[in-house]
Amino acid sequence: MSDVGKTNVVLVGHGMVGQRFVEALVEQAGGRVAVTVLAEEPRRAYDRVHLTSWFSGTTAEELSLCSAEFARQHQMDIRLGDPVEAIDRIGRTVTTRAGRSVPYDVLVLATGSYPFVPPVPGHDADGCFVYRTIEDVEAIEAAARGARVGAVVGGGLLGLEAAGALTAMGLETHVVEFAPRLMAIQVDDGGGEVLRRKVEELGVTVHTGAGTQAVTTGADGRVSGMTLSDGSELAADLVVFSAGVRPRDQLARAAGLAVGERGGIVVDERCRTADPHILAIGECALAADGRVYGLVAPGYAMAEVAAAEIGGAGTDGFTGADLSTKLKLLGVEVASFGDAHGAAEGCVEVLYSNTRAGVYKKLVIGADGRLLGGVLVGDAEAYGTLRPLTGGALPVPAEQLVLPASMGAPVRFELPDQAVVCSCHAVTKAVIRNAVTTHDCLDLPAVKKCTKAGTGCGSCVKLIGSIVTEELAAAGIESMRGLCEHFAEHTRAELYEIVRVKGITSFTRLIDEHGSTGAPGGDGCDVCKPTVGSILASLAQGHILDGEQAALQDTNDHFLANIQRNGSYSVVPRIPGGEITPEGLITIGEIARDFGLYTKITGGQRIDLFGATVDQLPQIWKRLVAAGFESGHAYGKALRTVKSCVGESWCRYGVQDSVGLAIELELRYRGLRSPHKLKSAVSGCARECAEAQSKDFGVIATAEGWNLYVGGNGGMTPRHADLLASDLDRDTLIRTIDRFLMFYIRTADRLERTASWVERMEGGLDHLRAVIIDDSLGICADLDELMDRHIGTYRDEWAETLADPDRVRRFVSFVNAPGIPDPTVRFTAERDQIKPVLFEKLEVRGR
Amino acid sequence: MTTSIESTTTLTVEIAGETGWMPVCSYADLVPGRGVAVLIEGHQVAVFRDRAGRLYALANRDPFSGAYVMSRGIVGQRGEVPTIASPMYKQVFDLRTGECLDEDEGPDGDPAALRTWAVRTR
Repeated sequence: MSDVGKTNVVLVGHGMVGQRFVEALVEQAGGRVAVTVLAEEPRRAYDRVHLTSWFSGTTAEELSLCSAEFARQHQMDIRLGDPVEAIDRIGRTVTTRAGRSVPYDVLVLATGSYPFVPPVPGHDADGCFVYRTIEDVEAIEAAARGARVGAVVGGGLLGLEAAGALTAMGLETHVVEFAPRLMAIQVDDGGGEVLRRKVEELGVTVHTGAGTQAVTTGADGRVSGMTLSDGSELAADLVVFSAGVRPRDQLARAAGLAVGERGGIVVDERCRTADPHILAIGECALAADGRVYGLVAPGYAMAEVAAAEIGGAGTDGFTGADLSTKLKLLGVEVASFGDAHGAAEGCVEVLYSNTRAGVYKKLVIGADGRLLGGVLVGDAEAYGTLRPLTGGALPVPAEQLVLPASMGAPVRFELPDQAVVCSCHAVTKAVIRNAVTTHDCLDLPAVKKCTKAGTGCGSCVKLIGSIVTEELAAAGIESMRGLCEHFAEHTRAELYEIVRVKGITSFTRLIDEHGSTGAPGGDGCDVCKPTVGSILASLAQGHILDGEQAALQDTNDHFLANIQRNGSYSVVPRIPGGEITPEGLITIGEIARDFGLYTKITGGQRIDLFGATVDQLPQIWKRLVAAGFESGHAYGKALRTVKSCVGESWCRYGVQDSVGLAIELELRYRGLRSPHKLKSAVSGCARECAEAQSKDFGVIATAEGWNLYVGGNGGMTPRHADLLASDLDRDTLIRTIDRFLMFYIRTADRLERTASWVERMEGGLDHLRAVIIDDSLGICADLDELMDRHIGTYRDEWAETLADPDRVRRFVSFVNAPGIPDPTVRFTAERDQIKPVLFEKLEVRGR
Repeated sequence: MTTSIESTTTLTVEIAGETGWMPVCSYADLVPGRGVAVLIEGHQVAVFRDRAGRLYALANRDPFSGAYVMSRGIVGQRGEVPTIASPMYKQVFDLRTGECLDEDEGPDGDPAALRTWAVRTR
């Protein structure tokens, strides 16, 4: 592992901080470094902060922070399960447990920490666990299966997480905390008391001020309980130690590097040890301010500093971190920021405590009136605004900030510019405002990318969003509500209502009567025209190429085919449910062969025929229609396919006829124009071979009927569909889908897939159910009627086009030279089929 | 543009080529808001008619994709400017001048402008 000319960087330990270091390093110095990772754990870096989610079903895969793709892309040499055992500083090599010797130019120690286990008798008995790795939680999960009572030693953040996990697994759970209150570091006595009550309400027994004297064991050597410092006995089948962590500095210590009195590898502001070739970051390091940080955010900051140091980029160094934190433990919000314990001289406290409601809020105010810190338990909503105010004067009396909103007017005030909004990346409000005003960031994602604000723990994202909105409004930039400049006051949903209620049948009438100033009498644009074209089509108003409607359609709808990169088109006949006869297959094959088309099986279980010129489209369709095929609407914002698995007719696991239902649904909704494309699938059993949960509407068979899922999506932003209703009979299922689709068509924005429509729906899934199942808005009869009208008026667009010579006439390449095909559409061969010849000049830079 | 219905059905659209005005299609071949492609003197020209009946003739080649597809775009307006949107990647051009309103250069580094031709009815 010595790429010539590259700096050999060897990372010891692949935890969260180590991975962040690698990410920062390859970003800064990707081509100049060769990265080797030597790790003790058997898997690549994963999200330890969310370890507890393991118990709610999150998999190791989902927790992973370093994909195989990332490792491959950056040519990382990762050795798992083989920890470094020694450093030879003179020879600049490390030796692993397996005896491997690895040379380094720069060594980065990110060995993290180990759980502190008090050396009491029985602490290593069978049934004692720590809570640090995936292997730990796997072991706890296995042990909990045969257990009744679990005890957690330590009432801090991790201890409460562990207690939550044990409770969730059905164990009677005890928390034993040595300090007089829970989360002693973050909260004060008052906050600890409220937290304790809340935790006890969840069925956890809390023992504070209690030390662990011994772990008792039974005759079989297994844990039987604990003896507490007051001599009392606590029966337990398993014990989890989460009583704090200690830096893993043994490697450095053995190599003669300085470590702190209470552990931690001594580093300077740039994370360097005394050896210029060795750096240390994260929980194993004793930072320049003399502290060991056990939180991930400061570790990330150190990782960035170390990467900048190696990459040669400038850095402010790491001089310490804000330990402010907001968490949700066992469903209870806890936040602590600044001088939470009121250590500053002359400070005063303003607090509101309501044990009954489970709310505690305390602000620490300095002698000069500045906000120094605070503790929030039970309701930490104010954390987002209070933390950035820390260190500054309060904009309103402190009382107003702690009293519940019901006891006074809601507090509204402006954050000062210097307030640090994102503490993970130390981004002030001024920087965020600047991103909007001078860097043209017009939305939250752009601001996050530009400033890095909100990309750490994410707790400030809501606040950033409101700052961005305010700033845009102040700059006179309002996010345009309407569709385009021609309908600036109307959304798509409103236009749909106007068209429906007024019975409007033409774009010109709509723009003349309802267009914005200057728009009436005009042409509209490529945004409003196809949108209105789609609305008119959704309301079942004739052939989409008739009269004026023809001018509204995108080229795909205009030629009833999909344009490809060289200006040729592709053709997709409908194959409902993906079921096709051998004759059908042969016909498609013969047509493709006769016209020299490229053929490909699509993801929607049909066949795409590529490379047709506009002149060929009617000829191709003439043969397809004659063979009984019809338009597959692959070109439209419309229902595409309803995929299916083979179902109970053939499959030995199938419980329903999925193919039959898929065909019925596809034929029912074929030709339905909508704000965006619609995809669907039907699976014949819970194995879900048709992938129905990634569809706009998906159906999965159950023994009793059908489960309906909605709002799923593949594509750029995948989304699992939500279960809308279970065990429906066939008629109810179909009526529910009818209404779902029509409600979507009626209210969605232009080009809004069902996934984002469901996501932004106020009231969420419950509201959707109320509207389309319980008819809370009284519109179900309307929706049903619209769907019935669609089904009743459906005609195959291609058959109708071929039947009308006027419609066929537009399928020419050149109106003054009918019969001459476009000479620029040319093909070459690839894997025995055609492929487009691209336009020479553009091939140089590509698209 | 005030022409009676009778006369428009017989009107012929002509484009100014290098050798003079050349008839390319009948005015009735043009759907308001859409275009057609014609071949003249070895060039592919896209001819459009807007809602008010005005005609425009521009190069059919889309500089962003290299494909000869401009005639299949959608006619529209940006403010007062009559426009055509490429059907491929949706860049918008000024129908009168051929100038691209969204980007200055095509991917090949050439200015992203469409050549224009004079067009009339007779």
